[in-house]
Amino acid sequence: MTDKIISVKNLVKKFGTFTANDNLTFDVYKGEIFGFLGANGAGKTTTIRILCGLSSPTSGELKVAGFDVYRDAEKIKKNIGYMSQKFSLYEDLTVTENIQLFAGIYGISRKVRKEKEAELLKKLNLEEAKNKLIGGLPLGWKQKLAFSVAIFHDPKIVFLDEPTGGVDPVTRRRFWDLIYEAANNGTTIFVTTHYMDEAEYCNRVSIMDAGKIEALDTPANLKKMYNAKDMDEVFVKIAR
Amino acid sequence: MTQLLSFIKKEFFHISRDPRTMLILFGIPIAQLLIFGTVIKSEINDIHIAIYDQSKDKTTEQITNKILSSGYFILDENLTNLDEIDAIFKKGKVREVIVFDNDFGKNLVKEGTAKMQIIADASDPNTARLAIAYVKGIVNDYIIKTNPNLKMPLEIRPEVRMYYNEEMESAYMFVPGTMALILMLISTMMTSISITREKELGTMEVLLVSPLKPIQIIVGKVIPYLFLSIINAFVIILIGRFVFGVPITGSFILLMLETILFILMSLCLGILISTVAKNQMVAMFISMIGLMLPTIIISGFIFPIENMPVVLQWFSNIMPARWYIIILRGIMLKGIGITFIWKETLILIGMTLFFIAMSVKKFKIRLE
Repeated sequence: MTDKIISVKNLVKKFGTFTANDNLTFDVYKGEIFGFLGANGAGKTTTIRILCGLSSPTSGELKVAGFDVYRDAEKIKKNIGYMSQKFSLYEDLTVTENIQLFAGIYGISRKVRKEKEAELLKKLNLEEAKNKLIGGLPLGWKQKLAFSVAIFHDPKIVFLDEPTGGVDPVTRRRFWDLIYEAANNGTTIFVTTHYMDEAEYCNRVSIMDAGKIEALDTPANLKKMYNAKDMDEVFVKIAR
Repeated sequence: MTQLLSFIKKEFFHISRDPRTMLILFGIPIAQLLIFGTVIKSEINDIHIAIYDQSKDKTTEQITNKILSSGYFILDENLTNLDEIDAIFKKGKVREVIVFDNDFGKNLVKEGTAKMQIIADASDPNTARLAIAYVKGIVNDYIIKTNPNLKMPLEIRPEVRMYYNEEMESAYMFVPGTMALILMLISTMMTSISITREKELGTMEVLLVSPLKPIQIIVGKVIPYLFLSIINAFVIILIGRFVFGVPITGSFILLMLETILFILMSLCLGILISTVAKNQMVAMFISMIGLMLPTIIISGFIFPIENMPVVLQWFSNIMPARWYIIILRGIMLKGIGITFIWKETLILIGMTLFFIAMSVKKFKIRLE
């Protein structure tokens, strides 16, 4: 594989006596879709929050997009996109207002924004709904839009924390089409999920249990290694 | 800069699209001002009284006439024996009974002492206190005028002139106080709620992951509410001036500058609260209970600070509204300039800086 875009060595995160991340070491390569799996409370969200700069590690060496997490947090922020478990757009703003807000926050010029906005609305079929408040849109549309807004500033990496919670399989599939598209354009995808069928879509997956990474490989290799017919079985064997 | 502008624009969208926010911002202040201004009064009007005149001489008649012609009292009944007093209070309408002793006028001239009794229904202590003070004043006034050389056993007060508020208009007292209360509540509550709302909805995370700096988020939150609160202050001053007739004897510009300072202070306090509060409910609770009650009770808004227990007096020093009320009353009623209120102004500036520093620090800690 090519360049490392995220490199984590011996990451430890403690909350008091509780160890949420116990000595994690892994790399993510440029342009790949990296699945970050684990049961609830395994420590996925903690890791993702540390990588995004929302939380600071207790110890360990971490580089995101080539920058050190401790020293260059501000530079990292310009190079990443983030979509949280909770819906991350403003429900009382319209589609275009949301796009304008985030374009503004990331310092995208008005001209570039207009071009990309038109393109995006067309791609998502939201042209007619562009002046509607987000709150009134179906969940599937909202999530697709939230993802598109998260990568609007062309980040090198986008972190998706359970992006598809609560949507139907068809919408999920379409959402993953967007993820593939972004990955093809060179954006690295770091995604946590509960859905094992989604794990199959990833280039590589890591499976966490009780704060430790128990397995990290391509879905195909993992299935071979655990002698399982699908990722579901792999997951159950690891996480029990 | 564009970052900040897009953020401020978004805040205005939030405010203008939420009817509840608009109501809190503009409906409540006006309602509160009108209610405080008209309901809470420190002057009395049309107090119902009864008189038990055992003497029925010329002096008592004159005093009675003087009391009744003062415009503050309405005579309901003339009593004929002491037992009636209790009964008439129980009926509830009469709030004060004046009893003249036997041979009141005669004793006054002959011995220089005469006895009268003023009994008030103190189930409403405030009104009772005022009603008694008024009657005392009227009686003293009468006696001093009719017997200039007489030394009285009745408490003789020096003549009191109510400076700055000649008619003892309570609106003069309450408009500055209400203004402080409203600006403080609205500014503090609105900012703390709007930030905690972002925390609850999860949008705060997205903002924190973005290149926006904490100070930009804080400034972006403060500016829209600063703007709206200034409008609010204007409306309150206008209502004070034209509905309650409260004058602005001092400099209007100074008044506005001090007001902006106070608003800024409140907004920063609101942000500080939001960094502590986990959700909108907590934020609202802290702003309402934690600020409204102390502001009403110990900031000198209604009750004079000098009469409080020492601990509360000390405590009132940390109430920002206390200093703002002093400034407001100074400028509006006394017409004094900055040379007389620089100390209070400095205290407000100090508080503002303190809250800003704390908020920025806490905001970073929150990223933990």
